[in-house]
Amino acid sequence: MTITQFVTKNWVYIRDSLVRHLELVVIAVLIGIVISIPLGILLSRNKKLAAPVLAAVGVIQTIPGLVMLGFALLLFGIGMKPAIFALSLYAILPILRNTYVGITGVDAGCIEAGRGIGMTGSQVLFMLELPLALPSIVSGIRISTVYIVSWATLAGLIGAGGLGDLIWTGLSNYNTQYILAGAIPSAVMAFLFSGLIGLAQRALTPRGLRRVKQ
Amino acid sequence: MIQFQNVNKSYGNKKILDDLSLEIRDGEFAVLIGPSGCGKTTTLKLINRLIEQDNGKITIDGRDISEENTVELRRRIGYVIQQIGLFPNMTVEQNISIVPKLLKYPKEKCDEIVHSLLKLVEMPYEEYAHKYPAELSGGQQQRIGVLRALAASPPIVLMDEPFGALDPITRELLQEETRRIQKKLKKTIVFVTHDMDEALRLADTILFMQEGKLVQAASPEEMLRNPANDLIRSFMGRHMESANGTAKLLAEDFMRTRVLKVPETMHTLECIEMMRQRDVNTLVVLHEDDTYAGTVSIETIRKHGQAGREIRELISDEAMTISRKEDARAAFDQLLASSLQYLVVLNEDGTVAGLITRTSMAKAMGEALWGELTS
Amino acid sequence: MTNLFPLILEHMYIVAIAIAIATAIGVVLGVISFWYPRLGTFILFAAEMLQTIPSLALLALLMILLGLGNTTLIAGLVLYALLPIVRNTNTGLGGVPDHLREAARGMGMNRMQRLALVELPLSFPMIFSGIKIAVVNSLAIAVMGVLIGAGGLGYPIYRGIQMRSFERIITAALPVVIMAVGFDYLMTGFERRLTKRK
Repeated sequence: MTITQFVTKNWVYIRDSLVRHLELVVIAVLIGIVISIPLGILLSRNKKLAAPVLAAVGVIQTIPGLVMLGFALLLFGIGMKPAIFALSLYAILPILRNTYVGITGVDAGCIEAGRGIGMTGSQVLFMLELPLALPSIVSGIRISTVYIVSWATLAGLIGAGGLGDLIWTGLSNYNTQYILAGAIPSAVMAFLFSGLIGLAQRALTPRGLRRVKQ
Repeated sequence: MIQFQNVNKSYGNKKILDDLSLEIRDGEFAVLIGPSGCGKTTTLKLINRLIEQDNGKITIDGRDISEENTVELRRRIGYVIQQIGLFPNMTVEQNISIVPKLLKYPKEKCDEIVHSLLKLVEMPYEEYAHKYPAELSGGQQQRIGVLRALAASPPIVLMDEPFGALDPITRELLQEETRRIQKKLKKTIVFVTHDMDEALRLADTILFMQEGKLVQAASPEEMLRNPANDLIRSFMGRHMESANGTAKLLAEDFMRTRVLKVPETMHTLECIEMMRQRDVNTLVVLHEDDTYAGTVSIETIRKHGQAGREIRELISDEAMTISRKEDARAAFDQLLASSLQYLVVLNEDGTVAGLITRTSMAKAMGEALWGELTS
Repeated sequence: MTNLFPLILEHMYIVAIAIAIATAIGVVLGVISFWYPRLGTFILFAAEMLQTIPSLALLALLMILLGLGNTTLIAGLVLYALLPIVRNTNTGLGGVPDHLREAARGMGMNRMQRLALVELPLSFPMIFSGIKIAVVNSLAIAVMGVLIGAGGLGYPIYRGIQMRSFERIITAALPVVIMAVGFDYLMTGFERRLTKRK
């Protein structure tokens, strides 16, 4: 079978897998962002808590993807729900760590000056800390997204679909075309996300900081 | 008027302020000075409540500041710090107008403030207003730091070693500017420094602190004439001598105390590097108990040194030493009679107090004759 | 329940071989990318691209080329481990203060000597930290070997999922997590001692 024939014949399968993969990634990363950024801000206010929390989240990161999906499967059964649960957990660490590091890395003199001239706590946060930590936070989102595109290929194993489904079909039948049909789009998706978020990161870096690097 | 009444502050067991009472009058340039750990910065930060006292009362114009909203209080008090702390994500204009904006001044008013303040320090609006802090030199940044503090016309400005990180020439320029602005705008300035030169140059009143207490509050002239204790005397050291004729000159009066000292366990490469960086060709080497071991020169290391080895074996004892309490005459004679470039001055316990070089000697002589020399 | 011990050993063995190969290649590439910055940009970019490819996709692609088994898994792990090692070698070498480099040159060392006697020793803590990242990542990724017919702890985990047995999954997964956390802890401790000594 030629490639064209293969793609035409399996078009619906490939398209649905791709869309499902995107869905899994976007939802998991969004959940990761919603949990991590506020938590990161909280930790930056309470540094004693930061080390144990970051360590605990770090342990989650060392749990192999297959294991995490296995647990999620046992907890939630087959389908998208367990996959999204497991993937969101993976999305947390990079964003959380980068939010924390970004905020605590803001020049102490700058914060003291902000407080000293009469900014309220939330003004310091929104006018100084978050804008200055934004490049770091976005970089965390980028790392998370690339991870998630990768781990989402395993979602096929627990019936959540996605491009991993194609790869898995290919692996179990020794069919190279299925493998390629899953592997290539997933790799391209990872490159695209990484590149696009990288561009966004540059655009979101405050101008005053961009010039420092020159 | 700013008043402290019996203010105490401790961190754990360490007492920082010990029943401190003081007064700073309106329109006064008050300089807080003292050895490190004397509580001067704490005193300053109590005024805008970045730190809260344990007990005692602080009032501004009779109003107890602990009863005020901290944010409102701080917006009425300018604040300049050593790290400058300009907001790197904002332009010069945005930095200066931040407090007026927080106070919700109308836009035209903010614009006007930025224009007139930049004019005050002769930084043209067109050229600087839209630059970011990272594009300015250190001196320009701190000028903007001062302007930011002045923007909402606060009657009081607090300055915490604002010029400590600047080079001497820029520092002097900013001191002059600050003094000029203070006179012109009639601000009350509370200024912390550890540099007596700076205090003498700027202050209407110097408040000398020691171990959390105010030891003396006096005008620069009065303090020079009648220092309250030996510590103040030593802080003003060379200024005193020029004011009072002089006592007997000792070796220590002629030495410079900034000496590059290294342990004998330091490695050759590090030493070469250090000398290169500081542009010297000799280092003073110390034993492990900090006593004087000898000197080592860059030629010796180049000739005999091996990478990764300690300099222990390269130490030379050809430099002459002298005790700091010896008569300066002896130092003169030794230095003039020999071809040596310097003498090493030792403390009584054998540690190194400083070096007498031909330059440091000439400088001390000049100061003894004509008072303080610039640079 | 099957005895996991041989599988744990196999898991470690696979990771150890992969890390050894990746370190050898990675440090060389790191040095090259430091010496020739333009080539370096390309090398780093390529390593980053490799790491961006989803692991299952990469392993499946390698399987097409190399067939089923441990070799394919090791090849995949090596490709993944390259980025942290190359990048940290490059950063570490770049972080050697110019003055030390110059002092070494001033003592008459040539480029190889400088590298061996000054630059590599000084960047070792950084390189080691890259190896640590690679080890921790590889331990987790190696589990996926089961999908391409390789050994290690992936198999019992996969069996556990198929049998829906929480107990089986966790008994097989625990050694992986303990190894990852343990190596991370030990290597971080060693790293601290390295930097402190500096």
